[in-house]
Amino acid sequence: MTAAHLLAAGQTTSTGASVTFWVLAVISVAAGLGMVLARRAVHCAVLLAVVMLSLAVLYAVAGAPFLAFVQIIVYTGAVLMLFLFVLMIVGVSTKDSLRETIPGQRLAAGVAAIALLVLLALVVGHAAIGPAAPASAGYGVGNVRGLATLIFTKYVYPFEVTAALLITAALGAMVLAHRERTTPKPTQRDLAKQRVAGGHPSPLPGPGVYARHNAVDFPALLPDGSPSTLSVSPIIVARERELGIGPAASLPPGGDAANGADAAGGADAADGAGGQPEEAGSEPEEARP
Amino acid sequence: MTPANFVTLAVILFVIGAVGVLVRRNALVIFMCVELMLNAVNLAFVAFARMHANLDGQVIAFFVMVVAAAEVVVGLAIIMAIFRARRSASVDDASLLKY
Repeated sequence: MTAAHLLAAGQTTSTGASVTFWVLAVISVAAGLGMVLARRAVHCAVLLAVVMLSLAVLYAVAGAPFLAFVQIIVYTGAVLMLFLFVLMIVGVSTKDSLRETIPGQRLAAGVAAIALLVLLALVVGHAAIGPAAPASAGYGVGNVRGLATLIFTKYVYPFEVTAALLITAALGAMVLAHRERTTPKPTQRDLAKQRVAGGHPSPLPGPGVYARHNAVDFPALLPDGSPSTLSVSPIIVARERELGIGPAASLPPGGDAANGADAAGGADAADGAGGQPEEAGSEPEEARP
Repeated sequence: MTPANFVTLAVILFVIGAVGVLVRRNALVIFMCVELMLNAVNLAFVAFARMHANLDGQVIAFFVMVVAAAEVVVGLAIIMAIFRARRSASVDDASLLKY
């Protein structure tokens, strides 16, 4: 029996499969280590994608083509994209600090990891892991058919429970990610009222894109040659003030108040500037010389 | 390239994932390391299925994938909720229940 097994193993294990295994084993372990060591979460996600893709190829090598495709579609396609979506919301550029918040945590983690590795290595070393059995009908072409037969006969009850689990997970995600609105949603009528009451019913002036510069952070010029605070989005102003670069960085910090004037209503200082920039669109010709 | 090789690789990846869970403090990265551990276990399942020449191991790996997908959906929603409440994804900051 064992001789037959060995013979079959010798036949089924081609050199191509061995080369694939060793190359992918090195790649996946390296990517896994890089995932633990990389400081940026985005790099971790990309390295995890590398590990998952190599594991998918390894499944195919090990005679599980269906699982290989499910691995690519579900893990690399769905799960990892979900990770990246959340990463974009939470902040792409967040880095882990290198400071240890719990003293001795890294040392303890290293010791625990070595202990776990030794334990698992002993278990695997003592277990009698035989060679690969001769390929049955469930490998290769018959893989999907064999899996379907198993899932819908022997494992049909866990399969039904899986459906319940997925519905529960979808519902849980909706409940957890939902945000209750604390104030009623403003209607179009409310918005129009706010606009008229704000003292600035017309649209805000555009930036000086066509005047002297081809960028939205370039403020339009008032008739007297001074930049119009209202013409640049307060978000851009705040960003450039923080970074200390760009033409909007020199705008007065009151840009927030002035630009929010049409919504807030209390526009005193902004009104003076707010009345004029309407002409600013045509003015820059004179303001330029 | 016997099943023993596959299981050894699975053990190594599992330990790497465990180290990540212990060392990292960004909740998202911890989650990714948990995924890595689940993947390693899947690899061991596939290797044992190959060793016994039946498909039960592959079916179990399939169910592990389903459960992992459900877990990721709920876990990421929880991380989003925590991030919305305290503007941080670090597990050190979510320690109010300790005191």
